Amino acid sequence: MAAAEANITKELLSFSRIDADTLVVRLAGAWRLRRGMPSIDAVAREFAAPTPPHKVVFEASGLSHWDSSLVSFVVRLNELCRERRVAADLAGLPAGLQRIVTLAETVPETKARGAAGDGGLLERLGLWLVGALEGAGEFLDFLGEIAVAAGKLMRGRARYRRSDLLDVIQQCGASALGIVTLISFLVGMILAFMGAVQLQQFGAAIYVADLVGIGMVREMGAMMTGIIMAGRTGAAFAAELGTMKVTEELDAFATMGISSIEFLVLPRVIALVLMMPMLCLYADFVGVLGGAAVGYTMLGLSIPTYLRETFHAVTLTQLVGGLSKSVVYGILIAYAGCLRGFQCGNSSSAVGDAATDAVVTGIVAIVVSCGIFAVIFNVLGI
Amino acid sequence: MAETRAIGDGTTRREPGQTAAPHIEVRHLTMAYGDFVVMRELNFTVPHGSVFIIMGGSGCGKTTLLRHMVGLREPAAGEVLYDGRSFTRAAPEERDAMLRRFGVLYQGGALWSSMTLAENVGLPLGEFTDLSPAEIREIACLKLALVGLKGFEDFYPNEISGGMHKRAGLARAIALDPEIVFFDEPSAGLDPISSSLLDDLILELRDSLGATIVVVSHELPSIFRIGSDSVLLDAESRSIIARGDPRELLAHSQDPRVIRFLTRRGSAAKPEGEHG
Repeated sequence: MAAAEANITKELLSFSRIDADTLVVRLAGAWRLRRGMPSIDAVAREFAAPTPPHKVVFEASGLSHWDSSLVSFVVRLNELCRERRVAADLAGLPAGLQRIVTLAETVPETKARGAAGDGGLLERLGLWLVGALEGAGEFLDFLGEIAVAAGKLMRGRARYRRSDLLDVIQQCGASALGIVTLISFLVGMILAFMGAVQLQQFGAAIYVADLVGIGMVREMGAMMTGIIMAGRTGAAFAAELGTMKVTEELDAFATMGISSIEFLVLPRVIALVLMMPMLCLYADFVGVLGGAAVGYTMLGLSIPTYLRETFHAVTLTQLVGGLSKSVVYGILIAYAGCLRGFQCGNSSSAVGDAATDAVVTGIVAIVVSCGIFAVIFNVLGI
Repeated sequence: MAETRAIGDGTTRREPGQTAAPHIEVRHLTMAYGDFVVMRELNFTVPHGSVFIIMGGSGCGKTTLLRHMVGLREPAAGEVLYDGRSFTRAAPEERDAMLRRFGVLYQGGALWSSMTLAENVGLPLGEFTDLSPAEIREIACLKLALVGLKGFEDFYPNEISGGMHKRAGLARAIALDPEIVFFDEPSAGLDPISSSLLDDLILELRDSLGATIVVVSHELPSIFRIGSDSVLLDAESRSIIARGDPRELLAHSQDPRVIRFLTRRGSAAKPEGEHG
């Protein structure tokens, strides 16, 4: 490979001296990007010779074709000449090549905004901490704005369109039934299967109904519905609002004096607060049916027997607890989706990032609040 | 237009008791993104009834300046005043009231994609007036007709062309008969004929509504045709390098940067086109 590169270089590039001070760089053949680019090292070696040159001239009569590979080579050679204080005379190059090289070197480099430097660990940690604190500030700001909007809603002074609210309700509610049915049924089956294997050994197969019923109603119904809705609806909110940010639709609200929190965020929060308990209740029921399917096929339990045992085991407190969790999860999903949408950057890839962030934030928030609920319910003796 | 305070001779539109303060004043304005300063110590005024052009090369901060003027960004220093009252330091309620006095046409139109054109134009009317839904619809249709979109009231933004987007965005910007209308690169993405039609609309706004117009642009034909006053921003010096009527700047400026921008050739050749 190195030998092949050396051959390419010899074919395209060679050197000679007119006198001790002047190096002639002879360019020949076809300089094409796909053939690779000769390294500038060959020139550097000439400069490191016992009698280094003070001037470089070019000879290109044997050059049959050139493209950006030669432009890049000449620009790098010019930089090397400036470093080593060697004068470079481009007159021997084709006229078009001279113009392009001059253009590339004439436009002053615009000072870019400070690119992220290679700071040490401490610096990176500090920057991360500053970013985290700013992010926490934005979290609280957004929460505050939603709280103010919710206050206006209570007083009947919030401004939003009822048609938008109904649209979002349909998107969050009826349209989600399919996936909620599938996932909840499967989760019920999985819970039943896990319990059945063990309980059967003790002749207590009937208690599979208690396991699935309590598990779904207390935890899994709300959590699985929350995770589904975070991935489905939270991402949709973030993508929709992120796109509105990119197309300046959010700015249009702002300059018109219309609160985009009231107009866009509030309907989404209300829709999820209304729909999540209903979806959770539905998920609980379908999960129980999933467990009943395993009970019937694997354990020989009749459906009426299974259901009777389930209703006997599940208490109203547990049901209300599960539904309360679903309301909180709904608020968290709407909050995460809308916040990430509003924080979206100004490109189409930023919209995708916003949707991803919304899902991650929503799921993390659900799991953390699940833990908090566990502690609270434990303290309350529920 | 029953609610328009039209003064058909194009004189400035001022309420009784209004002071002689400039319509818009930018005072010691410094704009920055974090540590990166875009422009510093900008000072200029926009007279009532003028068509004021904010011009400069790409990336010099024209749109950033417009965003500061309409309150979408907070300045690093300085302030923006309307009729002598600070917009930057105003309390939220006062700021909201000042926002009603101007309309903004964004570069892409920024129509709300889930609403029809009539609903887009009607939303500010529904929010800030006591008109009935039927009256709102009537005014919205009237505004759309003014910009040449009669018959498209029930179309959605994704069903119309780019030029129509801009015109619908303009109809929405003038829904409340604002005193000031801001245009962000109105000619961007338009063919020369559509661009010329939009210039006609801008001049018509000034003449029939008596509005003050602020246009961010680098399109020389439009600048010379409609502009009566201007500032030229320079990215390298991060300041204003010229101020005044664009045609007078072209004729009399000695600054090579100004001449280079206004001719795109480096020579002081006069362009064609009439001044509004």
